Amino acid sequence: MTGFSWDWQFALQILPQLLQGLQFTLEATFFGSLLAFVLGLVWAVIRLAEVPIFSQAIRLVVEFLRGTPLLLQLYFLFYVFPNYGITIPALQTGIIGLGLYYSAYASEVYRAGIEGVPRGQWEASLVLGLPLRRMWGRVVVPQAMRFATPVLGNFVISMFKESAILSTITVLEVIGQANIIGAATARYIEPFTLAGLIFLAISYPASRVIRLVEARLSG
Amino acid sequence: MGDSEVAELAANPPSTVDTVLTMHDVTIAYGERVVVDSLNLAVKPAEKVAIIGPSGSGKTTVLRLAIGLERPSAGSILIDGRYMWHIERAGVLVPAGERQARRARRPVGMVFQQFNLFPHMTARQNLTEPLIHVLSLGKEEANHRATDLLSRVGLATHLDHRPAQMSGGQQQRVAIARSLALRPKLMLFDEVTSALDPELVGEVLQVIRELAHTTSMAMILVTHEISFAADIADRVIVLDHGKIVEEGPPSIVLREPRSPRTQQFLRAILER
Repeated sequence: MTGFSWDWQFALQILPQLLQGLQFTLEATFFGSLLAFVLGLVWAVIRLAEVPIFSQAIRLVVEFLRGTPLLLQLYFLFYVFPNYGITIPALQTGIIGLGLYYSAYASEVYRAGIEGVPRGQWEASLVLGLPLRRMWGRVVVPQAMRFATPVLGNFVISMFKESAILSTITVLEVIGQANIIGAATARYIEPFTLAGLIFLAISYPASRVIRLVEARLSG
Repeated sequence: MGDSEVAELAANPPSTVDTVLTMHDVTIAYGERVVVDSLNLAVKPAEKVAIIGPSGSGKTTVLRLAIGLERPSAGSILIDGRYMWHIERAGVLVPAGERQARRARRPVGMVFQQFNLFPHMTARQNLTEPLIHVLSLGKEEANHRATDLLSRVGLATHLDHRPAQMSGGQQQRVAIARSLALRPKLMLFDEVTSALDPELVGEVLQVIRELAHTTSMAMILVTHEISFAADIADRVIVLDHGKIVEEGPPSIVLREPRSPRTQQFLRAILER
């Protein structure tokens, strides 16, 4: 009945290996978020600017990214692209996959944020004669970010958790490591429980922080 | 604009002698709906004009046209001798774009029904933002002028309050101070008390009344406050369906109106 009783010593023994996995989880989350936020902004600006052809093309890309499973997109990047001579290491593939997928959602958040700035704010800037740079930088963007910041913050937490999916393309992040330990020792309860606790130990405080930021921004 | 119209305007330039605003045959239509219909309007420096009329008569649109927030479908608008949407090239009027409008609207200020203060800035920052970035004042001078103006509208104690921490009346007074900061030659007031609770209307009207009596700025007010209009306006314009149905000194237009439309409108207002 070894698999059903908690073994503290075993748990302590495997912790370093899981934390090693955490490093990849955090890396994927950090660079994935960065990519998502930057690309999302690019998509949003191109769509709002209504650049002919470009805007429609971006819309198709965004629809594709939102309308197909992340897992499928990762499989394409990791298993299909090498057939065409494009081979990217697993972690980088994961970062690109997560970044692209979330950029589609981020672009909607930026768009909603910018469109949510009341018309009166644009008109006040215009009649005061504020230069365009100030109008965007000091009036529109700060008000759009007030709406977007907490939403984007929650995206980071989602991505942090969903990065577990990268284990399916051989990235040895937390879940990947837990899987390996389980397979090698035939003990799954400790590695998966610890993996869960590691995620919780980060995502719970992070979501509290976002709630605080949200309260501050709306106050 | 067709060639014939260009020629006509050139042949028949509106009289711009000593006016801060001239609208010449201005029409604006959205699809089939004509909101302002061949309007001619000239406002002299220091003149105080009140525009009244039923809702949907085009009053607000006239103000938005005067500051270039709307572009007319036909006609021309001059601000202080400069065309809003045209440039004169060899004596001929040629349509121009937003860049020209940006320059032309500089001497005009506008106070909105909904205040439109920047919510993430303090009262003082709402004023210093345009002072520094439109008038290119130094930070210290901008601060000084902002403080001075906010004191003049009775808000010396609210310099560092944000809009959300102020009453509607206080916010509207900040908005008035913000417009004044740029020292406009023409100020537009668009139903500035309509969004206020009744007990806050007085403090805002008092500020405007004082401005009207102490400055040489021209003003156009769109208002439903008939007695206020009678008090400060040199001229009252009654608008209906985008056309002027009656205009003249308040003593005549508001007390012995000739147009049945005006009589009907005033009766409706008084019975409220």
